[in-house]
Amino acid sequence: MTLTLQQLTVVYDGVPACVDVSLELPDGEVLAVLGPSGSGKSTLLRAVAGLEPTASGRVSWDGRDLTRTPTHKRGFALMFQDGQLFDHLSVARNVGYALRLRRVSARTRETRVAELLELVGLAGYADRLPGTLSGGERQRVALARSLAAEPRLLLLDEPLSALDAGLRERLAADLRAILTAAGTTALMVTHDHEEAFRVADRLAVMRAGRVVQSGHIAQVWQAPVDADTALFLGYARVLQGPAAARVLAAAALDGAGDPAVAVRRSALRVVGSGGRLSGQVRSIQATPELVRLVVAVEGIGELDAVASLHQPPAPGESVDLTVDPTRLAVLRG
Amino acid sequence: MSSLRRLLTLAALAVGPLVVLAIFFALPIWGMVTRGLFVDGAVDLGGIVEVMSRPRTRRVLWFTLWSAGAATGVALALGLPAAYVLHRLAFPGRGVVRALMIVPFVLPTVVVGIAFRQLFAGPLAGLGLDGSPVAIVCGLAFFNVAVVIRVVGATWESLDVRPAQAAAALGASPRQVFATVTWPALRPAVVSAASVVFLFCASGFGVVLMLGGLRYSTVETEIYLLTTQLLDLRAAAVLSLLQLAVVTTLLAIAARLRAVADPTQRRQVAQPRRVGWRQAPILVGVATLMLLVIAPMATLVTGSLQVSGGWGLDNYRALTTPGASQALVVPVSHALTTSLRIAGQATVIALTLALPIAIVAGRRARTSTERRLQGVLDGLFMLPLGVSAVTLGFGFLITLNAPPLDLRSSPWLVPLAQALIALPLVVRTLVPVLQGIDDRQRQAAASLGAGLVRRVVTVDLPVIWKPLLAASGFAFAVSLGEFGATSFLARAGDPTMPVVIYRLIGHPGPMNYGMALAASVVLAATTAVVMLAVERLRVRSVGAL
Repeated sequence: MTLTLQQLTVVYDGVPACVDVSLELPDGEVLAVLGPSGSGKSTLLRAVAGLEPTASGRVSWDGRDLTRTPTHKRGFALMFQDGQLFDHLSVARNVGYALRLRRVSARTRETRVAELLELVGLAGYADRLPGTLSGGERQRVALARSLAAEPRLLLLDEPLSALDAGLRERLAADLRAILTAAGTTALMVTHDHEEAFRVADRLAVMRAGRVVQSGHIAQVWQAPVDADTALFLGYARVLQGPAAARVLAAAALDGAGDPAVAVRRSALRVVGSGGRLSGQVRSIQATPELVRLVVAVEGIGELDAVASLHQPPAPGESVDLTVDPTRLAVLRG
Repeated sequence: MSSLRRLLTLAALAVGPLVVLAIFFALPIWGMVTRGLFVDGAVDLGGIVEVMSRPRTRRVLWFTLWSAGAATGVALALGLPAAYVLHRLAFPGRGVVRALMIVPFVLPTVVVGIAFRQLFAGPLAGLGLDGSPVAIVCGLAFFNVAVVIRVVGATWESLDVRPAQAAAALGASPRQVFATVTWPALRPAVVSAASVVFLFCASGFGVVLMLGGLRYSTVETEIYLLTTQLLDLRAAAVLSLLQLAVVTTLLAIAARLRAVADPTQRRQVAQPRRVGWRQAPILVGVATLMLLVIAPMATLVTGSLQVSGGWGLDNYRALTTPGASQALVVPVSHALTTSLRIAGQATVIALTLALPIAIVAGRRARTSTERRLQGVLDGLFMLPLGVSAVTLGFGFLITLNAPPLDLRSSPWLVPLAQALIALPLVVRTLVPVLQGIDDRQRQAAASLGAGLVRRVVTVDLPVIWKPLLAASGFAFAVSLGEFGATSFLARAGDPTMPVVIYRLIGHPGPMNYGMALAASVVLAATTAVVMLAVERLRVRSVGAL
């Protein structure tokens, strides 16, 4: 029960959109393919769904080659970025679409649709038309519709990016819970690393049509393969040479081999005294939880740091800093 | 701008065309209707009943209904597969085939009539269908396949592919995708096309007159016969009224069902698919359809080249003469010049009237009153599409004959009538284009400091110039072939091509018949050239009513 992609290449309008992509997704897990727009991640998803012809390589499920199988026989349901509900059908008819195709009896269908609507938190919406729903509700209906097909694999194309920030955060948690509850194997593409972390177990980072790193999500997060990946995963800066060595020394980490270091925005913290580094505050910015600073650190240059809201330093002031080693990533690539 | 001022501005734009419509459309129709229905200042209901109960009236009604219904069925059966092939598949020569298929729609009705006569009396004489209802149905369907292809094809081409993909990803086979997703999206366009085609068939004039003669008459030809041959104005008026009622109903249905996709919304449209062996049967069907389109035209051309001793250009040479036994007052070449001049004038009038209407109807309405007014206006200017051209022509004659509107001998009479007939087609071409301009573009330009003129130049003009040109060509072609109204209004010394062709057919003698064929070829070629030029502009709303 594994999805396997072997050296998949997709050419779109004469330009290679995915090059030699190889991935594995075991049963019951959620894989997020993360990449900036134009990285070929949506094309990859469409190729897995069978909507995009592949130039070379294989898509297989449990060792069975599906590369030439038409979309409707793959058993993979695709949920579009904007839901793509059938506007002429009611919510119940949308959700029950796949069941109707399989000639499931009306009573069973009704029960199943009610269950699914319950699962996505839309009980009582059965008779509404898609046009009357909000963006978040439409995505929930689309999710229920995809789950109704009982797909071997659920494909999610930026499922939350059409929604506003607050809703996105809530729905991401819901999505994770629903996928886990249903035990669904899912492949999701997104450009938002936070969304990927909330929903997925595994992560594959794509850039310019190639998968540059893949693995368990915490693993990728802790050890980005190179500077660009680190920056895309939300690290604020990447330091090289002597600057990297000083930060590593201050964090009491092994600096052998002259590696680069990716630093999160909260890796440095202002302390009263006894810090391993010191510097001068350049600018400050208060947020509801803490104060974010830019500090000119001796021998390194400008770095981001945080301080508590309690006694924030003023610009120009000299401060002592400690380094949190869990918020650094050593890049040995 | 306050909403009142906005309304006033829009009203000011609409006032000119409305006055023209009142004088040159409502007045003649009203004149024609009252002439027949009022006796000594009171409505003569008994007269209506009497006309309706005549066996001939009932026969005409029945024939109109079934011939139009059958022709609509044939047009749909041929047009739907063709719409798929021409708009969803990619194959070499697609552009040429598409252009070829649109030509019949603007071919002058008399030309189509004569071509089918030639076909059923010549190569297909063995079938014994010459002068039969089958020939009439074929002629009507031939015309309207183009409408089906155009209306349905444009919708099919612009369908968003993602719902179909979503269905496929949920396990729907191609057949199920078509039944549950594609067909529901296509249905409004198909119904709309069917109702328009039915309308055109039921009010078909030239084709029926040429193929049916006196034996088979539709409401439209019957009105013509009643007014010109039998001088029974009351019966003609009753039939006109009946037609007006039916047509208005049909137009309302068609308008309601018109595909309502929001033109400002961006859709992901399918790339045309490559042709594979699987599509072979459908391709064979379309090839057959092409043959059906080409055959009448081909027989027309070969017929025009046949002279008593074999083949020759004698018929074309004769076009500079008035025909045998003085069939005509002026030579055909003179009529061609007249036709071109009148078509030019009619085009200018139609555009002048259509542009303000399209601007008013194409604005994004801000209030519900505004939207309702737009709907009424849009509907008003669609009316000429369905009103019998014969009624209009005859109405012109009997109402515009006294000061201050004594226009009977004015050279502007024919161009005016033709402009009114082309008007709905021009408005329908322009309105969707103007509606498709996102108002936020104008707002963006305004916020960057562009004044009204600058906004029109940067936002509207780049979008509208091609459709304007296409609409002009379309109006020109329609006007070239107009026969119903022109047959009443053309002055004896200044006939247009369709009038001349009809007159030649009516005069005995092989030379006159040969000349009619040659003149038809010339007229068809002129129209086709105009229409091919329009097609090159690739304006989708042309002909998509």
